[in-house]
Amino acid sequence: MRRLVLALLCGSAVSLAFAGVAVTDDAAQWGPYKVGDKRSGYTFAQPETRAIQEDDFENPAFLLVDAAAELWETAEGEAGKSCADCHEDVESMKGVGTRYPIYFEPWGKLMNVEQRINQCRVDNMKAEPWKYESDALLGMTMLVKLQSRGMPMEVSIDGPAAPFYEKGKAFYEERRGQLDMACAHCHVDNAGTMLRANLLTQGQPNGFPTYRLKWQKAGSLHRRLRGCNKQVRAKPFKAGSDEYVNLELYISHRANGLPVETPAVRN
Amino acid sequence: MAKPKPRIRAPKKASKGEVIEIKTLISHPMESGQRKDRKTGEIIPRKIINAFTCTYNGQEVFKADFHPAISANPYMSFFVKVKESGEFEFTWVDDDGTTYSKKSKLTVN
Repeated sequence: MRRLVLALLCGSAVSLAFAGVAVTDDAAQWGPYKVGDKRSGYTFAQPETRAIQEDDFENPAFLLVDAAAELWETAEGEAGKSCADCHEDVESMKGVGTRYPIYFEPWGKLMNVEQRINQCRVDNMKAEPWKYESDALLGMTMLVKLQSRGMPMEVSIDGPAAPFYEKGKAFYEERRGQLDMACAHCHVDNAGTMLRANLLTQGQPNGFPTYRLKWQKAGSLHRRLRGCNKQVRAKPFKAGSDEYVNLELYISHRANGLPVETPAVRN
Repeated sequence: MAKPKPRIRAPKKASKGEVIEIKTLISHPMESGQRKDRKTGEIIPRKIINAFTCTYNGQEVFKADFHPAISANPYMSFFVKVKESGEFEFTWVDDDGTTYSKKSKLTVN
């Protein structure tokens, strides 16, 4: 019995030492991907995954981005307008990806980039809104956010956005599902440790929409949130729901300072 | 589905005798011909890229035949040894006979 206990102790000492190496060893090497204590999901990814993100040619998300660049110039809807007719070059979207979600006065609630694009389609183009998670909406969101790539996130929670930030924060810290776990349990308390075979990240949203190897496809932040909720065996909310947009504000503000990486590549 | 769009990553400059890597990718659904339409039950006709060739100054340097098990958006990279300046031409052939091509110039010194 004593031998067994000893062996267990040794085992945990080794794994502790390993964890220590993994976290401290790379403190200096991450450049813009680490700001203070905040670490982008990039720093938790495997080197092979990071290499795909670094080369736009290899990053499969760019297929959708390229398609969206054509959609940007394509007139649609009864108004016969394209994005380019009002916004001209897509570079005019620079900085947009750092600010959203924002408080949208006419709705009296928050709005994220996906919803902004669809609202623009309905109001100004008189066109049908795109379905959440459709290739067109994902591509256009990535194209818009791509213009801010490398710029630090600076989401504001002042003024009318403040109560929604509080709601998002409450969601983040609230236990849910059969496993009775909150977002914070994994992404604050246990970031950097292993969850079975996966390295838990801080859950920073700065690379979304992101190409995820597990999905073999690009996906939105809300798809990821649904996945997280399912994993704790909670009933997920709908993509684009108020709950998730409020949560998006909270986690985006949490990522303030980290660079926009859209479209990132993650496992 | 948007029109297939070829993409190339090849160096612009190389020294004589150097072995260079060329990366190619074309956006294409690669419909295998094995799938059925969920609503009607009819087989979706096969439509894939079935051949790829790369020529350098008109001379064939690389060639590949594709079959239905190749995934969508086929990516391929290969190595070429270069001796003189010239131009690569990449051609993809679709099942319906359409060809998509792209060119890339290379200076050898």
